[in-house]
Amino acid sequence: MQDRMIARAKALLADGTVDRVMGWQKGEFAYDITPAVFRSPEALDRDFVFNDFAAANVSKYLVKESRKGGKILAFLKPCDSYSFAQLMKEHRVVRENVYIIGIPSWGKTDFEKIKDRGLSGIKEIKDNGADYFVATVYGDEVTVPKFEVMLDRCKDCKSKKIVVYDELLEEPNGEEVENHRFDEVAKLEAMTPDERFAFWRKELSRCIRCNACRNVCPACTCEKCVFDNRDSGVENKAAADSFEENLFHIIRAFHVAGRCTDCGECSRVCPQHIPLHLLNRKFIKDMNELYGDYQAGADPDTRPPMTDFRFDDCEPSVVYERGGAK
Amino acid sequence: MQRIGVFVCWCGSNIAGTVDVKQVAEMLKHEPGVVFSTDYQYMCSESGQNLIKDAIKEYDLTGVVVCSCSPRMHENTFRKAAASVGLNPYMVEIANIREQCSWIHKDMPVGTAKAVILGRAAVAKVHLNAPLTAGESPVAKRALVIGGGIAGIQTALDIAEAGFPVDIVEKSPTIGGKMAQLDKTFPTLDCAACILTPKMVEAAQQEKINIYAYSEVDSVKGFVGNFDVTIRRKARFVKEDLCTGCGLCTEKCPMKKVPNEFNCGMDNRSAIYIPFAQAVPKVATIDASYCIKKKTGKCGLCSTVCGVGAIDYDQKDEFIEQKYGAIVVATGFEPISVEKFDEFAYSQSPDVVTSLEYERLMNAAGPTSGTLLRPSDKQHPHTIVFVQCVGSRCDAKNEKGKQYCSKVCCMYTAKHAMLTREKYPDTDVYVFYIDVRTPGKNFDEFYRRAVEDYGVHYIKGMVGKVVPENGKLKVQASDLLANEQLHIDADMVVLAAAIEPDKSARPLATMLTASMDTNDFFTEAHPKLRPVESPTAGVFLSGMCQGPKDIPDTVSQASACAAKVIGLLSKDKLTGNPCVAHSDELLCNGCSSCEKVCPYGAITYADKEFRMPDRTTAVRRVAQVNPAVCQGCGACTVACPSGAMDLYGFSNQQIMAEVDAICK
Amino acid sequence: MQVENKEFKPLIVAFCCNWCSYAGADLAGTNRLNYPADVKIIRVPCSCRVNPLFILRAFQRGADGVIICGCHPGDCHYTTGNYYARRRMTLLFSMLDYLGIEKGRTRVEWVSAAEGQKFAETMNSFVETIRSLGENKRLEDLRCKTE
Repeated sequence: MQDRMIARAKALLADGTVDRVMGWQKGEFAYDITPAVFRSPEALDRDFVFNDFAAANVSKYLVKESRKGGKILAFLKPCDSYSFAQLMKEHRVVRENVYIIGIPSWGKTDFEKIKDRGLSGIKEIKDNGADYFVATVYGDEVTVPKFEVMLDRCKDCKSKKIVVYDELLEEPNGEEVENHRFDEVAKLEAMTPDERFAFWRKELSRCIRCNACRNVCPACTCEKCVFDNRDSGVENKAAADSFEENLFHIIRAFHVAGRCTDCGECSRVCPQHIPLHLLNRKFIKDMNELYGDYQAGADPDTRPPMTDFRFDDCEPSVVYERGGAK
Repeated sequence: MQRIGVFVCWCGSNIAGTVDVKQVAEMLKHEPGVVFSTDYQYMCSESGQNLIKDAIKEYDLTGVVVCSCSPRMHENTFRKAAASVGLNPYMVEIANIREQCSWIHKDMPVGTAKAVILGRAAVAKVHLNAPLTAGESPVAKRALVIGGGIAGIQTALDIAEAGFPVDIVEKSPTIGGKMAQLDKTFPTLDCAACILTPKMVEAAQQEKINIYAYSEVDSVKGFVGNFDVTIRRKARFVKEDLCTGCGLCTEKCPMKKVPNEFNCGMDNRSAIYIPFAQAVPKVATIDASYCIKKKTGKCGLCSTVCGVGAIDYDQKDEFIEQKYGAIVVATGFEPISVEKFDEFAYSQSPDVVTSLEYERLMNAAGPTSGTLLRPSDKQHPHTIVFVQCVGSRCDAKNEKGKQYCSKVCCMYTAKHAMLTREKYPDTDVYVFYIDVRTPGKNFDEFYRRAVEDYGVHYIKGMVGKVVPENGKLKVQASDLLANEQLHIDADMVVLAAAIEPDKSARPLATMLTASMDTNDFFTEAHPKLRPVESPTAGVFLSGMCQGPKDIPDTVSQASACAAKVIGLLSKDKLTGNPCVAHSDELLCNGCSSCEKVCPYGAITYADKEFRMPDRTTAVRRVAQVNPAVCQGCGACTVACPSGAMDLYGFSNQQIMAEVDAICK
Repeated sequence: MQVENKEFKPLIVAFCCNWCSYAGADLAGTNRLNYPADVKIIRVPCSCRVNPLFILRAFQRGADGVIICGCHPGDCHYTTGNYYARRRMTLLFSMLDYLGIEKGRTRVEWVSAAEGQKFAETMNSFVETIRSLGENKRLEDLRCKTE
């Protein structure tokens, strides 16, 4: 697939359709792959990669890139396309400055899960179709089944559909997928408040306020984040105590409520492995249950639940009455 | 740093009784930025205000905190006082230490401590206040009166008299309202039609008044001075400008079995009809739900007989858009449905009637041409029982009725009893009452005449049950004064049904964003001091829509309401509320969240060029607020994720400063 | 434990919309209807002006309960403000519950300008709830507790 992507990118560069390409760039190791912009066929040949470790959602980069003038080619995976469509809805990207090729995704790999198998000093990972063949500097050679090390978010994939594109790399387009992504939220909801409190304290107390979740989030594209704004009254660069850990994550989840497409980048990049997506999914689950199903980014027109209402919406007291252990 | 003055009011003993005002002033003296702090007996009095003015000058104050009654009471007083000596009025904050402190707490130390905290919060807020200047907006010099009963007519006449154009919107085919259905009026017994119809004609002839009968208000947008109203002119299927009101069509119409609402359904009218002889406008209307032509396509008789070609079966609803400076609500009332009071057998016997039906039975233009005949057998009744307070003055647990007194029933029942005895001296008339309430000029005299001169039997007590039996109505009642049970064989029973606001009032209130009480009566801006204004600026209240009242009260209120409207319309410009939203373009993402939640459409977007840190420029979409349209609700401020939207007067920082001060 | 609870004086912040609930609070005062001094009212133009940040801020600074009062749905002075407030607060309260914060610490009540009685009753019952819940320990910034 990588070769076909490079070939297509070169063609579009050559015929002047685009003047640069948004994709993924090879790092020092096979698994550390970062988003990058390529401007020449040579650069594409040299650095462009697309493999199971190219998990990063590139849509957020297009907020700035699409405003720079010229036209940029972007390869969007299904979940990236939802984020992009949501950004279009919010007027954050200039659609006409982006040429989108939709690319399918069958799930990306969580490198941490490979490491968790006790492997260190990994020097090479070979893709043998269904399995990885991992070689380390210490001479270990291990075969790891791919499915076992897939990113959690991909196991819970909501859709293989590319919702916005100029062309598709592979026809036909994928479809929405049945999934169990709210199961974990439901499990938490079923706990007692004390258990939930203990759970989240344990998770959130590990937060080091590196801001990775915010910086990677395609919904967090504010010109200036309230947490960076001295005049907002809530500015804090580092969480000094447990309250601020809570505050940051509650407010972040609240700000992206109704806008979060559930792409899962926040949890993927968290160096402390905090399951941040469970906060966003809680809002999504609540909104689906209370105000009707809504998928951010799925279409350009539906009014997001947070800027909408019905006369017969439930009262906030519904929270006291609803399930969960007492 | 602000230089803040704190002024603690005693409000006589209202505040000083439970709050140690001296201590509050002393404690607040030590708050940061406070350079002057004092207390005084009545801050709102002229000398109190002078105290504030002098302190502003002497101490060069940049901010003022008045610890006093509710800001809803005197915020404006103190703002004006500050403005008169050159301090921006929006640098004044009120700490409500009366309604929300001294009046609800009994213990002096508790009240004092809370007053200090409320004062601190106000000081903290003033620190972040900025001088605000109100914008101005023009006033559309035209008034809309919704409802064409006596209240609406009187208000419209008075406004027109002052030279301003007025449109009356009336939902039924004619103006006149409930008063047109009445026979005589208390306490003078002059006939309702004789005093109402000249007013109706006057309204029709007054050049400044435009009557939209058979019309409804479809939508209201805008704000005081600038309402954009869409009026739906319902299709009459008769061209109003051609119809002469000759009535030939109503005579020829073959469909004559339509319950006549003007006579409370006690007789029938034709499908094309003119509600009553003195209707204004005197124009026929086709009732599409009964008209044979409209239902089956066959007939068309009215069109054939109409000499002027006024019939138009294809007429559509028409929409008129008009700008108004002021809107008067005069939607009136209706009697409650008495069917749920089954003990009085209203649904079981036609001889049990409501007072309004009785009114029609007495009226010369009514179904019996003014001869009192009981509906069942058209015989003259010899014993009539009047039941007072049907659905009025019920206790809160009784869901069938209203808790309030309907105010007019005692008097009209006395009127009915008196008129019946006068016309038919052989009739026995009983009135069962809880109390007889007759406050009003010549009211008690009137009631006493009914009892003393006309021999009406007034019995304190309630009717327990009415049972129709062998053409009679067996009335079971208790006489509380004699302490005995009474059994009366009556020919008719008349129920003084409670009155309630017209059903159209509730949706109208939503459209106008005017508040209502739990009974659906419109709320006045102040129960005593602003009785004819709604809390929603530019919306005024006339007549029964605000609460039960009789004709003299209604007309007084209607004229008072007109005076308020005239006051508004005679202004060329209105000073707006400067506490509006504003967007920080540097922070704005242009995401449209704010625009989606704005109820006034006050937010628009513009593409603006910004210099980036790397010296390049970028064009971004940013929100802009129209301060003349924004009403300052603040919905946008919370919808905005980046905090670019903020509200003057209630900024994020100000509210958080208050939170901090309270939680200190 | 019981005794301790009785002496506990909770700190309660009430956000009241200017048009209905603040007026309702005034009416409670005019009618001399008592409710505990623990309740401190902050006036906002509309319930939709209440940012979740304000509520969290109050908890951070040591509030034990936060109540938001607005016009009854359908009666908002600004037509629709309280409908947005209703959604926002529902979701925020649900999130707080999800994080294990006691449910009773937050509440929304619709109080009209005519409901002085309801205002006082609401505040009495809310204070009672907060008293039984005790001090807010789960959402409080320790730095702000220095006396």
